[in-house]
Amino acid sequence: MAQQRKAVALISGGLDSMLAAKTIMEQGIHVEGINFFTGFCVEGHTHAIRDKDKAKPKRNNALWVAEQLGIKLHIVDVIEEYKKVLINPKHGYGAYLNPCLDCKIFMVNKAKQWIVENGFDFIITGEVMGQRPMSQRRSTMPIVAKQSGADDLLLRPLCAKNLPATLPEREGWVDREKLHDITGRSRKPQMAMAEQFGIDDYSQPAGGCCFLVDKNYSAKLLDLWQAQGKRDYEFDDVMLLKVGRHIRPAANFKLIVAREEGEGRFLQGYQKEFISLLASSHNGPLVLLDGEPSAEDLFLAASITARFGQGREADWVQVGITFPDGAERNVTVKPLSKDDIPKDWYL
Amino acid sequence: MKREILNARRLLCPMPVIRTQDKIKQMQPEQLLEVQCTDPGVMQDIPAWCRISGHQVLETWRGDHEYFILIKVGG
Repeated sequence: MAQQRKAVALISGGLDSMLAAKTIMEQGIHVEGINFFTGFCVEGHTHAIRDKDKAKPKRNNALWVAEQLGIKLHIVDVIEEYKKVLINPKHGYGAYLNPCLDCKIFMVNKAKQWIVENGFDFIITGEVMGQRPMSQRRSTMPIVAKQSGADDLLLRPLCAKNLPATLPEREGWVDREKLHDITGRSRKPQMAMAEQFGIDDYSQPAGGCCFLVDKNYSAKLLDLWQAQGKRDYEFDDVMLLKVGRHIRPAANFKLIVAREEGEGRFLQGYQKEFISLLASSHNGPLVLLDGEPSAEDLFLAASITARFGQGREADWVQVGITFPDGAERNVTVKPLSKDDIPKDWYL
Repeated sequence: MKREILNARRLLCPMPVIRTQDKIKQMQPEQLLEVQCTDPGVMQDIPAWCRISGHQVLETWRGDHEYFILIKVGG
């Protein structure tokens, strides 16, 4: 009896990885999914924080895809290891701080380690030649295979026929003729294949599933690196960049202003690590201060805090300032007007 | 039966799922795990993860912005 071959599929939660896994499952291969959490994944976080999105379903698409396919999903925390990818990408960044090629190499390398540790035979991805400008080009696909160390154990079922045969194909574990030859950015072939498989519900995230391809997020991360004088970050930094309005009035401090109650609750969890400000005479948002402000800066921060509360039109607003050690001060300030806050303070 | 407790408060999905997954790897079949969270997304994600991983959600309940899931570890 032929040996049951096993493949691990990189599952992002999108349609392509779902179809790639399904294509291989159809050939009798045992498939399990793997999903790497870098901290920058769009999945879940913002709508978990913000109240305005509470009506939307909060499903994790990678889990949902795995459930639809009837496969196990292994979610792997790679937050720490991912730092070296983002901070110093060998192949550089895309339009913003997205190190897509290095990211793909990193994830396939992690998958390679995983199949060795878990006795699996090969790796599947949903890559399509020509679909992404950085990581899914004819010229970069061999780079991913080689530099990840996966080499010919990396099978891309959706475009395999455009690429040299991999080990699973050469060994007859999978039938190359039943693989695909999709190229380019059109989604029509994938949509047709989804229909063929009876898949009618799938995630199509605009702009991908990573915060690093977002212009505003990347700008905030770059600002963080400039402010701290080095390219480094902690996981909490990654989270806080997703939350609130970020306002930098000076090089030595910035403010994170909750935009609604859900964000305020989330920021409350950081009050022991940051100076926080909250209007006491009027309703208003919780504001965190990141940096080392002077006494004068604290008054400016309080005036900005007052600007975003219900006292914005009042002559004076009382603002409570709480320090990480629990010490408190109260200041009375005139709220800044809209025009008092230069546009370039907003990150 | 005595239950193990996993405090996943302040973590946002998928971190509570990852912590649950890693904790269950260290547990034995039939043992109980109570996961305590503040991200409402866990009410969807952890049961989904349990379904595809062969574990059983015995009970879910919620408090003031807190969410609890009781899991029986599968074989």
